[in-house]
Amino acid sequence: MLRQILVPLVAVVVFLGLWELLVWANDWPNYVMASPSDLPAAYTKFWDLFLVMSWQTLWRTVLGLLLAIIVGVAIGMVMGFSRTMRDALYPLLVGFNAIPKATVVPIVALMFVGAHDFNTVLIAFMISFFPIAVSVSIGLSTLEPEYRDILRSLGASQATIFWKIALPKTLPEFFGALKVAVTLAFIGTNLMEIVSPHGRGLGALFDSGKTNSDYPLMFAVLIALAFLGIVLYYVVVVLEKIFAGWAERTPT
Amino acid sequence: MAENLIDIKGARHAYQTASGPLPVLDGLDVSVPEGGFVAVVGPSGCGKSTLTRLIAGLMKPDEGEVWLHGSKVTSPRSTVGMAFQNPVLLEWRTILKNVLLPLEIVPSKLSKAEAEARARHLLELVGLDGFEDKRPSELSGGMRQRASLCRALIHQPEVLILDEPFGALDAFTREDLWQTMLKVKEEEPFTGVLITHDLRESIFLADQVVVLSGRPAHTQFVLDVNFDGPRNIDHLYTPESAEMLNTLRHQIEIAQGRVPEDA
Repeated sequence: MLRQILVPLVAVVVFLGLWELLVWANDWPNYVMASPSDLPAAYTKFWDLFLVMSWQTLWRTVLGLLLAIIVGVAIGMVMGFSRTMRDALYPLLVGFNAIPKATVVPIVALMFVGAHDFNTVLIAFMISFFPIAVSVSIGLSTLEPEYRDILRSLGASQATIFWKIALPKTLPEFFGALKVAVTLAFIGTNLMEIVSPHGRGLGALFDSGKTNSDYPLMFAVLIALAFLGIVLYYVVVVLEKIFAGWAERTPT
Repeated sequence: MAENLIDIKGARHAYQTASGPLPVLDGLDVSVPEGGFVAVVGPSGCGKSTLTRLIAGLMKPDEGEVWLHGSKVTSPRSTVGMAFQNPVLLEWRTILKNVLLPLEIVPSKLSKAEAEARARHLLELVGLDGFEDKRPSELSGGMRQRASLCRALIHQPEVLILDEPFGALDAFTREDLWQTMLKVKEEEPFTGVLITHDLRESIFLADQVVVLSGRPAHTQFVLDVNFDGPRNIDHLYTPESAEMLNTLRHQIEIAQGRVPEDA
């Protein structure tokens, strides 16, 4: 247990050390690259802002992610169970996913002028539902027919087969996709906050750091984002352990 | 005449494929008396698995009839137990919970405690006592197949359908499981249909071996298996076994189209 916490912690310290060393060795001034030793000052100076903005970023990301889970699982189920729907939806989904979301931001911002929270959640959702939909659809469509037959030969309904077999069997793939989606959702939230600034979220704080040439602040925001990403990622890991822990093999 | 528990009469079936209909069964007749154990052998791809799906009611033949216990099979019925080459155990359940799965679907008179006791008894019968709370991933292939067998039997099915259940196991494990099968049949009487590629397996386990022709399959040959006394592996090395195996081999070669029928 101690080892599990200690090892990643040491890795972070080593990383910060190398970063400090890189800046020091090159003698870079702040406006080229801030060093870790500049960060505490930035955090103390703007601590209240960090708390407020982090919370705004966090709840909008999580909401977007929840939407992505609901819609992604629904699309995945439709594609997983019906070949026709799979053939119909795949090109649309892939095409939609190929569009850089940075280009969608101004469109959404114009479409729903002033609805900042809604827009941000929307972008977080749009950028993160794809891996979930694909993983669920693959999980369902690759279910070996024998699994179905075992229950079907006993007279089980499609719904029973879904709840007892298809759904639990897809959980490992689902959580794998969710780990990807978590980080994507953060990117989505910040895209909206930075490209279409409206004074909310860590993206806005980053933007203000840019306008005021406060470089340590910009780096401090990036680190805060990384921290939030890590926290949310480990929340997913814990959920995965609870609901799909059986899929993990203990090395023998 | 004793009524057969399973009666397949003149079954014909074709699968619809992109390149037109693919006939797999062409006048298939199989009868199994109550308590009987019939093995079905035939060249690969001849429609043996289609046969199991017919009996289980998972599909209907284009023509012909499937009768089970005096009524025509048109849809799945809970009086059938199935085991496949792939044990398809649910990885997220313990062995005990896997065995109990059918009782969550089939209405049962057993209380929860009785059901669990029955599951434990079956697991003990196949030699899996002590593994009730393990996950399938912790078991060897042979053990998983044993657990799959228990699951197929938990709801006391009239008919046990075995679709090459021992096909993926090594030779020694397979012979072990044959013995287990006989033991199980003695304690938990069932009417059995065994699909197999292994001729020795077919004569060791079944009282009757049905040879199917190549695709589209019809019943080509039926061999009655008679051994004196209780069966054991030694029987497989007697002259009478050798003769039966020879006959079956010859029939398979005919089915494969390698030798003409009157050779």
